[in-house]
Parts: sequence; structure tokens; C-alpha cells
Amino acid sequence: MAMSRDDVFSKVKEVLVDALGVDDDEIKEDATLTGDLGAESIDFLDIVFRLEKTFSIKIPRGELFPDDILNNPEYVEGGKMTTKGLDTLKKAMPHADFTEFQRDPDVAKMPNLFTVKTIVNYVTTKMAA
Amino acid sequence: MRWIWIDKFTHFESGRRATAIKNVSLAEEHLHDHFPAYPVMPASLIVEGMAQTAGILVGEARQFQEKVILAKVKRARFEREVRPGEQLRYEAEIEQVSPEAASTVGRVFVDGEPLAEIDIVFSHIDNNMSGLSFPEENFVFTEDFKSLLRTYNVTVDQK
Repeated sequence: MAMSRDDVFSKVKEVLVDALGVDDDEIKEDATLTGDLGAESIDFLDIVFRLEKTFSIKIPRGELFPDDILNNPEYVEGGKMTTKGLDTLKKAMPHADFTEFQRDPDVAKMPNLFTVKTIVNYVTTKMAA
Repeated sequence: MRWIWIDKFTHFESGRRATAIKNVSLAEEHLHDHFPAYPVMPASLIVEGMAQTAGILVGEARQFQEKVILAKVKRARFEREVRPGEQLRYEAEIEQVSPEAASTVGRVFVDGEPLAEIDIVFSHIDNNMSGLSFPEENFVFTEDFKSLLRTYNVTVDQK
């Protein structure tokens, strides 16, 4: 089913409003899920289920939120993500914007990769596939 | 005996839906404090009853191999109070299930009348929370607990 990016955004917005109990106007493209919208790890499970249901898609584990890479100690050195780790993560997350993160790949800043835009990009690509 | 807030299953359809009942009795000590001279079943315990009905349904769907933990109460809405002498009927349905989690929708009836709607997300914790490890044995679905379930006629595969 073809769906415009705007349509995807408004449905993603509904999903996040319901899942996180936030207001409509807090959902902006660059809002981070954990920082700006207060999502906890548990909410990610909920969000994945709601996206699957809303868009009738299947989201394989680790595709939207690749926690296996994020938590792999091989890819971290001195609190920063290694070049190899960053490359792996970029390949796994073509839907995320790395501009900011790659300037200072501090693992503590990794949650900032998960923005509303990341989800909208992911779903848009998935719907087009 | 562990913390159990349902009395028995009356219907169990593996991987799909389950119904359990709970008889509310003034013999339950907490009702004398909640509230003195005005006993009402705490809504939190009604949520717990649904979490157990739905949680066992989710556990059974994977032959009780997963440690199923309540992750999030997505929604809980109540119509009225529940008093001693009344019977609750919990109806839970699996909405989605994946290797790492499950979501359920549920309705509760009191003496046949709609009482509450409670939707829950469960986590299969061994497949989540990377970096943390949990005890090998299944502390959610223990052997004693599975024995109890057998008396409810819930299928429990023997190892």
C-alpha cells in the first residue's frame, strides 16, 4: 500500500502519543524518543507492536532498534563507539541520521539516534518495499 | 503459596484467549484495610488478576519456556468498585506475540456486567534487556506453579 511520508508521520505521531502519553505538539521530527519524549526501554517493545499493527508490517527483531549492535562491547572503546562499530551501525540503521552522532560517538549519546524521524524513515522504507 | 489473584480458568484456548474467574471474599485480609468499614477490591489487584490471566496465556503459548514479566500496563479503565461477594471474570486475548514480547487485550466483568478494560505488554526477559542475565531456572513459572495450573486443566507439557 502506497503511503506518503506525511501520512506515515501522522500515524507515527498517533502511535507515540498513545504509547508514551505525550501531547501531539511534542512529536516533532527531530524529537528523541528517550530524551525528549521520555520513552523507557519497555516502551520500545510497545512501540514496535503498535507500529506493526498500525501499518500491517512485520518488524524483525533488531531491525528498527538494533540493540545487539548497540550493546556489543566489541564496538566500544573508552566509552566511544569504534569506527568499525559505527560502520556496522550505519549499515544496520540506514533510517537513522548519523550527522550529529558521528562527530562524537559517545555511547551515552546513542539514544539520540532514535528520533521520530528515524521511525518515520524506517516505516516509509518498509512500506515502499 | 505464591501471590495468585485468580481462582480458576474456565476457558483456555492455547495461544489465543483465556478466561479466569476470581471470587472476591471478605476473608481476604487486605479488604479490611481497604477500606475500614467499606471493603473494596483495590483496582491494582484487578490489574494483577488480568496480568496473571494474560501472563499465563502468554507463557503457555511458548510452553512456559520464557520468563514472562509484566512490562507495561498500556491501558486500564474501570467502570465501578468491586465489593466482597462479587465474582470477577477476566477475559484475556493475545494481540501480538514475538520472540521478545507479547501484547494482550483484556476485559473484566463483574457478575456479568462490564467492569474494566486492561491492555498489557509482557516482556520475555531472557530475550530482552541485553547485558543483564537472569537465573537459569524459570522463577516465573516454577514447578509448583505448573502443578497448580494442571489442576486448572491448563495444558502444561511435561519435560
